[in-house]
Amino acid sequence: MAKLPAPQMLIASRPDFPDQRWLDVKPEFTPGTFCYPAKKDTMEILHMPNPHEWDPAADDWGLPENWEKILCDAFADRLEKHRSLKLFMDICVRCGACADKCHFFLGTNDPKNMPVLRAELLRSLYRRDHTMLGKLLGRKAGARKWDKNVVKELFYYAYQCTECRRCSLFCPYGIDTAEITMIVRELLHEVGLGIHWIMDPVKNCSFTGNHLGIQPHSFVEIVEMLADDCETITGIRPKTPFNKKNAEILFITPSGDVFADPGIYTFMGYLMLFHELDLDYTLSTYASEGGNFGSFTTFNMAKKLNAKMYAEAERLNVKWLLGGECGHMWRVLNQYMDTYNGPTPANMIPPVSPVTGTVFHNAASTKMVHIAEFTADLIYHNKLKLDPGRNDHIITTFHDSCNPSRGMGLLDEPRYVLKAVCNNFIEMPENTIREQTFCCGAGSGLNTEEIMELRMRAGMPRGNALRYVQQKFGVNHMACICAIDRATLPPLANYWAPGVTVSGLHELVANALVMKGETKRTMDLRQEDLPGADGDEPADAPAARGEGE
Amino acid sequence: MFSSLLLVLLIGAVAWAGAAAGFASLFGAALPYAATVIFIVGMIRRMTYWATSPVPFCIPTTAGQEQSLAFIRQAKIDCPSSSAGVFARMFLEVACFRSLFRNTRASVRGRDSATAGLSIVYYSSKWLWFFALVFHYCFLLVFIRHFRFFMEPAPSCISFLESLDGIMQTGSPRFFWTGALLLIALLFLLGRRIFNERLRYISLLNDYFPLWLLIGIAGTGVCLRYFDKTDIATVKIFIMGVTHFAPVSPEGIAPLFFVHITLVCALLLYLPFSKLAHMAGVFFSPTRNLRADSRRTRRINPWNPPKQYFTYAEYEDAYRDAMAEAGLPLEKQPDKSAG
Repeated sequence: MAKLPAPQMLIASRPDFPDQRWLDVKPEFTPGTFCYPAKKDTMEILHMPNPHEWDPAADDWGLPENWEKILCDAFADRLEKHRSLKLFMDICVRCGACADKCHFFLGTNDPKNMPVLRAELLRSLYRRDHTMLGKLLGRKAGARKWDKNVVKELFYYAYQCTECRRCSLFCPYGIDTAEITMIVRELLHEVGLGIHWIMDPVKNCSFTGNHLGIQPHSFVEIVEMLADDCETITGIRPKTPFNKKNAEILFITPSGDVFADPGIYTFMGYLMLFHELDLDYTLSTYASEGGNFGSFTTFNMAKKLNAKMYAEAERLNVKWLLGGECGHMWRVLNQYMDTYNGPTPANMIPPVSPVTGTVFHNAASTKMVHIAEFTADLIYHNKLKLDPGRNDHIITTFHDSCNPSRGMGLLDEPRYVLKAVCNNFIEMPENTIREQTFCCGAGSGLNTEEIMELRMRAGMPRGNALRYVQQKFGVNHMACICAIDRATLPPLANYWAPGVTVSGLHELVANALVMKGETKRTMDLRQEDLPGADGDEPADAPAARGEGE
Repeated sequence: MFSSLLLVLLIGAVAWAGAAAGFASLFGAALPYAATVIFIVGMIRRMTYWATSPVPFCIPTTAGQEQSLAFIRQAKIDCPSSSAGVFARMFLEVACFRSLFRNTRASVRGRDSATAGLSIVYYSSKWLWFFALVFHYCFLLVFIRHFRFFMEPAPSCISFLESLDGIMQTGSPRFFWTGALLLIALLFLLGRRIFNERLRYISLLNDYFPLWLLIGIAGTGVCLRYFDKTDIATVKIFIMGVTHFAPVSPEGIAPLFFVHITLVCALLLYLPFSKLAHMAGVFFSPTRNLRADSRRTRRINPWNPPKQYFTYAEYEDAYRDAMAEAGLPLEKQPDKSAG
């Protein structure tokens, strides 16, 4: 972090477009522009093809001898598997509407970060092998042949895309760069090219159940500690059910929330909420990961990591699944899980809230409900006693994560909850929220330290919008519903809008939640003093809302 | 850019020279037959090519609130969960260019007093949407208007269309605004590619060529109507002959007419093999034409690979002792004797 240039400098240092044609420009692998490569033994243990040691900064990437054939065949195979790929290769008219919609382009001014050109990197190869014009006219029609520099270029730009889909919103044909990036990454994995920050969590998740490699006993220990903290704050120690058979609900959330600040406070929020509701639920140490870094690798790896959820739901004989706050996790759960690993085991039923009786018809097939949907429903039915005054020291805004926004449409549920638990809520400008939201700049497995400057560049549009509401409305807090956001937004806020803290939604819910029999709250979930807590106001002040049970 | 212009000029010149040298039937009859057949076969093949790959996953871009709780209002068109919603979404996309309508222009400023530093301002930017819409609709109207050459008697709806189109002016020949707007819109689309740095950088021969071709078609069409006036009656007799597979002698028709026809044929020949296939492709787009109901209805992937994963049994085998120590329930108790 120390070496980062000042924000002003970062903007001023964006280079102009190169004079050469893009086909002639080669990427430079200087430190800070690329993620560290995956380790050979990681790739081996995961049975990934062609594992080898390599260095992105080196000239020779040690590609297998027949790399060109592997890539051409794999590309042809993906074309047969995905209509989207054929279509997106064929119908782009290069109207340029997507260009300035990409946060990486805005932050770097690198023309190949315009979604259209990012796709052209692959499209140029497609033209040579799969189109008549490309075969006839070659370079003149924007076709080129595979060579090792092209592979490097694909790697460079496939890992400067966070699969956020913002460009696909504006494309008149709905061309989705996320789809293209996902497939390019798949192709690169065929010749043994992957990054450490993604493959290491994939390995951990494969063999211990979660990205961080937390083993079952440590997982239990950490959660118990968080429950102890809840007790310190409220005087009530929430239940921590693990691997409990025949529970009604299996709750799965990203393991980052068990481990990393500030996600842990969100996790404490879940524990407190479920305890207050006396929910018949369980956590699982085996399916202890909601996130899915496999989805940043290959479709099959995503399927493999995801398979544990239904398997565990079957073993524990639960009725339905409840999912915590996470972005890409919900892209997988919402648009892929049922296809990957469905149909659901016979013991599962369409989700019904045991508190309100609401049937979640929209999740009738996957049988997995988002916690924001669950909590919004509770609040609507007045099932929670809330004192939003406890969050009065914050003026919060809300960051829509890319995946729940453009891959799910979860926009108003979290806002409904947020408005119920916070009195001061300010939206960021309209072109930066809801379906038009900007990425944190480090999604899709790019939240690694070695590319911090790149992350800050990519986070510029989000940072700028945050800075705007900070200066104009005194916003000092940003809520989000994504575990990766909770890891990436604090440094982003620190850099672009210092003084803004970041938290998950359910941390704020638990702050406001008036629990039965709790002691008077003097601290928030972070064990920081609540302003005004030493006054005479009782815990269940008139500001408290809801009937309780 | 210039090479594509030259290419269009060359096509035009060949047609002119050919027609003048007495090969008018070749350009007026044989070429249109061939071009039409190749266009139809080419488009069918292109669509079959797309259709033969499956859409394994339900991947609509959700552009609004999902359908969830009763008290939360769904964006029924931008995030459609019903077929009617998808139909409306596709209709707006195809007929009104809904996505392009959202277009904004981001302007990054280095210094801004309001935010004491950087700021990005998002301006609404509807020019591309506007001119794209003008181009496509005018092209469609001009196309429909041309049916009076193919049909005898010309259907009344076409005459009505013409009377609307010519409403701006009296005199003869009546001025058709669609033709003029078509040219203006095309020049705008070309101008962006030339003067906008980003567009210039991404534009290929494949982008300029169809624009020049369309400008050539519209330009020759306008010339034939207002300047190098052709004898419409003769042209119609000739075209009716071609459409009834009984071509008559093209004598007396100006060579420019054959340039016009040849450029249209070039467009037909080019279309299925190029980006212009988007006219059919947009209907196939899986981020737009699928219902956002992936949690309600299971989508089947025809190539779904078998499940292979680290099972709970393997997991418990790996961690049984530690799990027992942590008091976690087990499927199988640890082997005491081994401990």
